Amino acid sequence: MASPDTQRWNPVLALYVAVALVASMGLPFVRVAPNRLLSGDPIFLGDVLQRQGSPLVVALVLAVFTLLVLAIGQPQRRFTQALVSVAMAASLAGLWLLASHVSSSVSPVDHPLQRTALGAGFWTLAALAWLTALDAVARLNLATLPRLIVHIAGCLPLLLSLSEGQNLSLAKEYANHSDVVGPAVVRHLQIVMLAVVPAVVIGVPLAWRMSRSAMLRQGLFPLLNLIQTIPAIALFGLLMAPLAWLAVQLPMLGSAGIRGVGMAPAVLALFLYSLLPIVRAALAGLEQVPAETILAARAMGMSPWQIFWQIELPLELPVLLIGVRTALVQTIGLAAVCALIGAGGLGQIMFDGLFSAANELVILGVMPIVLLAMLADSFFQILETMLKTPAP
Amino acid sequence: MIKFENASKFYGDVAAISQLDLDIQPGELVALIGPSGSGKSTALKMVNRMVELDHGRILFKNQDITRFNLQDLRRRMGYAIQSVGLFPHRTVAHNIATVPRLLGWEADRVRARVTELMNMLSMDPDHYAGRYPHQLSGGQQQRVGVARALAADPDVLLMDEPFGALDPVTRAALQRALKAIHRATGKTILFVTHDLDEALLLASRIVLLNNGRLVQVGTPLELLQQPANDFVGDFLGRADLGLKQLSLQPVAHYLKPLAGPAPAYLIPSTATAREAISCMAEQHVSSLRVADANGNIIGQVSAPDLLANNHV
Repeated sequence: MASPDTQRWNPVLALYVAVALVASMGLPFVRVAPNRLLSGDPIFLGDVLQRQGSPLVVALVLAVFTLLVLAIGQPQRRFTQALVSVAMAASLAGLWLLASHVSSSVSPVDHPLQRTALGAGFWTLAALAWLTALDAVARLNLATLPRLIVHIAGCLPLLLSLSEGQNLSLAKEYANHSDVVGPAVVRHLQIVMLAVVPAVVIGVPLAWRMSRSAMLRQGLFPLLNLIQTIPAIALFGLLMAPLAWLAVQLPMLGSAGIRGVGMAPAVLALFLYSLLPIVRAALAGLEQVPAETILAARAMGMSPWQIFWQIELPLELPVLLIGVRTALVQTIGLAAVCALIGAGGLGQIMFDGLFSAANELVILGVMPIVLLAMLADSFFQILETMLKTPAP
Repeated sequence: MIKFENASKFYGDVAAISQLDLDIQPGELVALIGPSGSGKSTALKMVNRMVELDHGRILFKNQDITRFNLQDLRRRMGYAIQSVGLFPHRTVAHNIATVPRLLGWEADRVRARVTELMNMLSMDPDHYAGRYPHQLSGGQQQRVGVARALAADPDVLLMDEPFGALDPVTRAALQRALKAIHRATGKTILFVTHDLDEALLLASRIVLLNNGRLVQVGTPLELLQQPANDFVGDFLGRADLGLKQLSLQPVAHYLKPLAGPAPAYLIPSTATAREAISCMAEQHVSSLRVADANGNIIGQVSAPDLLANNHV
């Protein structure tokens, strides 16, 4: 693959534009159904523009299209890429506004059960706009912090226009479930934190022990690797029986919420999954601490605890954080599956939607998961950047 | 100050150090020297228990080192190594302050001590205190390493080939600095080197080891003039033994009043006898005028005197 420095044109963007053209013509932009259970009649982007688009909207769409085609041939020009970034942020909001416009044009008073669901075309275009924006921002070659600020700024138009779409099916699902979404987010974060925080607290000292004992290393790594390969559902099943048995044997545990189903097996499984990336990163971090630094610390009269706390931990931290980030993002995603064993969280909303064939409900559960994962990822990116540049 | 009594260390069946007896007096600068694998570095590490001995014992201030708290013992002995081992995430000042902080000194006292040491090692505190180790040259890093070893005013300074990785110019500068520090503080210094010239230049006594055994102990001159056996002679470099002896003698020892026609060439009184002989050979003369620090002629030296009277 040609490096971005030598690229004469942007094949990725060309592909995006081609797919966008096909999606806007071949996939339904929205579907209008008499009620939430029917899949409804497709409406394509062309119809929307023809029926409801003012000349201004059509002109804007053409302008964006022209800009993108131009940008394909100018992958190096930062001005063009900046324009594309702005245009894509605006397009994301524009797609949403267009869809809400369709939903509002069908009188909600005459047809109270009527649903306007976002179609495959909308989602494809939105995803492509988002990817194009990411590609364009990456080409601006910004440092981590400014890049993150640009990312956040790029979300603003969409966030500001969200309230316009209250007649869309997604918003209606949210309105119907608004009382459960908040608690589900809290529960989701609870599960994630209960798994990842202990994994850090146990994983980091464990890695420290492993760095000093080849036997421990050879014994534990295969085990951690093995756990990683067990599918989540299977791991839940494996944990259910012993935890249920424990709850029966020790009623105190049972009354504390440790049972074969619910939070306990979920948290335990996610904890086990988090252990591998954290231990591996901590160990890699420890290995890059120079041997003579440790030797000098010992000879200065530092105790093993002081050496770990004052020397090894600060020096391994940048690498360790990468592992924690991996574990955190992975756990936020995996926690969705925990709803299957009654642990609740955003996965609950997602599975409710799946089992009742309500796609919008699935999206309502999935979107916060994606956002949480992205937030966690960005947070750690900032943290890592701050660590890499010690105060002069 | 430090006394090895029948000290031995085995790795498997091989003795790294066997039955070492050595008494180091306060204020001595003792060089441990020997070929690779002679055990000189092991002997040094046994003192602060980086290596534990298997037989015999080592006394520090007349007390068995195993009776000290391990961390306590190490904090009372400065330690500098060839690879320096500065803490990369800490500034120069923070690195130097390591042991004082471990000992719980007050911040003001630590700061004053760091400034004092940086001045002693010719590093401008305003310029270097806030820098990180990777921003320093090798020589500067080793200066910080020596300052860190001296920070808590330890009773003993242990140095494991501290200048081994430096270029000759930097090494000479640091050797001078160490000599000055030794003269100014009177610290007991035990240092390992494989560089004979370094040992001859710095040490008040040289301990020559081979295969973990002590071969000979003595002042540099004693070793050069009375090598105990062939190994010592070979190790010291038989071919230029005489020149090495001359290099230990200041030309001032051979000074005689001016008599007859004054010699044409001049040499400072601080020069060594070796430098005087070299100068004579270069200029094809057999005597030189000697000048003191102010440039006044204080006498002359002649080749027969330099060569005849080595045993001062």
